[in-house]
Amino acid sequence: MSNMIASLYNIRLLDELAEKTTIIHNLHPLVKVLTTCLYLIITVSFNKYELSGLLPLFFYPVIVMALADIPVVPLLKRMIVVSPFIIGIGLFNPLFDHDPVVILPWMQISGGWISFFSILTKGVLTILAALLLIATTGMTRIAAALGMMRIPKVFILQLILTYRYISVLIEEVGRTVRAYSLRSRGEKGIRFSDWGSLTGQLLIRTLERAQRVYYSMCCRGFTGEYNAGSEKRIRTGDILYFAGWSLYFVVVRYFNIPATIGSLITGVGR
Amino acid sequence: MHMADALISPVVGGAMWAATAGVAAYSAKKVQNDLDEQKIPLMGVMGAFVFAAQMINFTIPGTGSSGHLGGGMLLAILLGPYAGFLVMASILVIQALFFADGGLLALGCNIFNLGFYTCFIAYPLIYKWITRKGYSTGRIFTGAMLSAIIGLQLGAFSVVLETLFSGKSELPFGTFVMLMQPIHLAIGVVEGLVTAAIVGFVWKARPEIIEKAASGKALGRVSIKKVLAGLAVVAVITGGILSWFASAYPDGLEWSMAKTSGKEELEASGGIHQILAAVQEKIAFLPDYSFKVQEQETSAGDAEPEEAWPAVDAGTSVSGLVGGAMTLLLAGIVGFCINRVKKRNKAGAV
Amino acid sequence: MSHHIIQADNLKYTYPDGRQALNGVTFKILHGESVGIVGANGAGKSTLLMHLVGVLFPDEGEVRIGEVPVIKKTLPVIRQSVGMVFQDPDDQLFMTTVYDDVAFGPRNYKLPEEEVDKRVKSSLETVGILHLMDRPPYKLSGGEKRAAAIATVLAMNPDILVMDEPSSALDPKSRRRLITLLQRFAHTKIIATHDLDMVLELCERTIILKDGKVITDGPTVEILANEELMEKCGLEMPLGLQNCPVCGAKKAT
Repeated sequence: MSNMIASLYNIRLLDELAEKTTIIHNLHPLVKVLTTCLYLIITVSFNKYELSGLLPLFFYPVIVMALADIPVVPLLKRMIVVSPFIIGIGLFNPLFDHDPVVILPWMQISGGWISFFSILTKGVLTILAALLLIATTGMTRIAAALGMMRIPKVFILQLILTYRYISVLIEEVGRTVRAYSLRSRGEKGIRFSDWGSLTGQLLIRTLERAQRVYYSMCCRGFTGEYNAGSEKRIRTGDILYFAGWSLYFVVVRYFNIPATIGSLITGVGR
Repeated sequence: MHMADALISPVVGGAMWAATAGVAAYSAKKVQNDLDEQKIPLMGVMGAFVFAAQMINFTIPGTGSSGHLGGGMLLAILLGPYAGFLVMASILVIQALFFADGGLLALGCNIFNLGFYTCFIAYPLIYKWITRKGYSTGRIFTGAMLSAIIGLQLGAFSVVLETLFSGKSELPFGTFVMLMQPIHLAIGVVEGLVTAAIVGFVWKARPEIIEKAASGKALGRVSIKKVLAGLAVVAVITGGILSWFASAYPDGLEWSMAKTSGKEELEASGGIHQILAAVQEKIAFLPDYSFKVQEQETSAGDAEPEEAWPAVDAGTSVSGLVGGAMTLLLAGIVGFCINRVKKRNKAGAV
Repeated sequence: MSHHIIQADNLKYTYPDGRQALNGVTFKILHGESVGIVGANGAGKSTLLMHLVGVLFPDEGEVRIGEVPVIKKTLPVIRQSVGMVFQDPDDQLFMTTVYDDVAFGPRNYKLPEEEVDKRVKSSLETVGILHLMDRPPYKLSGGEKRAAAIATVLAMNPDILVMDEPSSALDPKSRRRLITLLQRFAHTKIIATHDLDMVLELCERTIILKDGKVITDGPTVEILANEELMEKCGLEMPLGLQNCPVCGAKKAT
């Protein structure tokens, strides 16, 4: 039950955030999708021992988050939920890679740890970027952007429908599971012998619902083709936004800015 | 088993995106040509169903642990491979966007790992073959079980390969396989059980649903020839893209391939420490790196099968450390300032 | 305005599982009429409505809207003149925002986007939820959902409104608002419902279905006040026509 409430809450929270009308929210969705993609590619293209060079990439999520009024805490919570796999795989690096790296003249660390923290940093950056995209754009406008990218309309309509009915069906599933647990002896979850029939019932009800949805679509002239409305036009501001970030990402990718700053300050490294 | 952005290289992510986009485009065309417009709302609502049903945990008797449905096989059985693949894709898109499960760059990998093997390998080659002479509880059980297990095994192996080719993880091939396959055997058994349970129930309650899905005109059938031809095309395209990238961009790929194969051989003879010793030896011969990361990479890629890394000598490390701290601090300050300015503006406006 | 006459002629329909839902239904509804279709559960109300909008087709008999028979070929025309509001608004609101949902129908007819916009806004205005247009459907209350579902149909500019249980699952205030709204509509209305008090207020004519057949068809007040007939059909006189439960005084009809 709690996982259902949590995921519904999560979807609705992101939806709510996406309804704001800040500068970032008002940008063209396609521009935001493309900026996010470029950001992700740049982030993961850093080689595995790179750590300091990645750090300027933090500017992107921080600035977007601030401009778009997105609270940090829920994003961080999400991050904690999804990071175990990244950490799990990443932790093998220090295990297998013992090459010593000198950090400070009197301190050494194994290369594995560096690459582990590099993976971790990339994880944080990529998760933030994905969540910020949906939190500043919303599913409806993402679907519009996909349409502009010539993604088949069948797929887009189906994506919209899936997204729409997730909240309806989670509620339905929640009701059924609650009714089950009220009559069971306080076990967690559902006994496997009952699982098939419970889920099967839900499936049959779902199929019937699909039928009714289809009827209601038909009644409004649906003939198998999805017609999205006309898309917003891309304005100069949108292009500037994309161009600005692209330039920044490329600069960050090719010049290690922190190292430069650091060497200017410490006067070493030459 | 969702692949994460942080663990893949752009080359692998891009290649898998290309493969997934190809399969998805073909599937979308198939679904559109089917003329059964009823299928579209059905697909949408079924996607939501799988999403919701994944949250119905059940208790596994005697173990105290719990499991849930993955859904790839179920979708293939109920909707046919093409529609099933598209639905799986949209579920993963929503998970990547709203739950950061996987990530956008790794989405291509994830859709392929979880959708392709179940819908286009396990379903037509195993499930359809076992149930070719009609349905019975036993056949549904065997078919769902076997196809779920094999679909997941292939998917898990795919994760291993994608990770290795990306070269971000140090996990040796053998260890990774030994880690992934048994875990996914267990997950596969559970997935098979639940798929069989749900399909079995529907077959008893409303047999026409299962039969209709199986006989479904253009959608239900996948010819083995087409699957093989499709696989060949995907392999060629992926290979082409990979090698093109690899030649243009000698970052992770060649290196990790060399390393992987090298490690396998070495493992047979001596184990990990020997390898590490060998690698360390190599590093000792590496020249000091200059400041620009990109230059080093190219030169290192040409000269040595070891990846370049900038922070070898103490000087650059120190400046990296100090500069990195400065950068993060600055990022924090910028965010804070924007917030303050916005709040003040808002207060002024009211 | 003879072209808005709805004619059902000896409709028979059997579901694939063998259940006979309609067993010779015949009626004629004139332009501007407001007709309540009542009957116990399983009497065939919903099935009948599905036939009027061409979602289901009869095994025998025919439905005509004006001069046009409801067959596969004429559906595009039929669906522009007959709009159906489904029982569960969640089945009807399938897009991610109210706006997109209301626009779905007009866009299917490839209207220019300005016209779509105009229709969406005026439909939402009519049902009083223009301010909710950017909301996702799950954030609407039951009454708002119902209003949105009606707006999706109004945007098609239909002449005839067919409604399946429009007042179900509404709280008393929302129900009242709905009745007031429907009273304002000049459309021909066909309302299938268990809410007999609503029928009393909205429909001057009532058709009672039982086991897939028309039992009676006539003025609402006469039919709903006929206690014996209502009992026979598994129904009950509307509260509005029953004696006062407190003092037992007879209600005026």
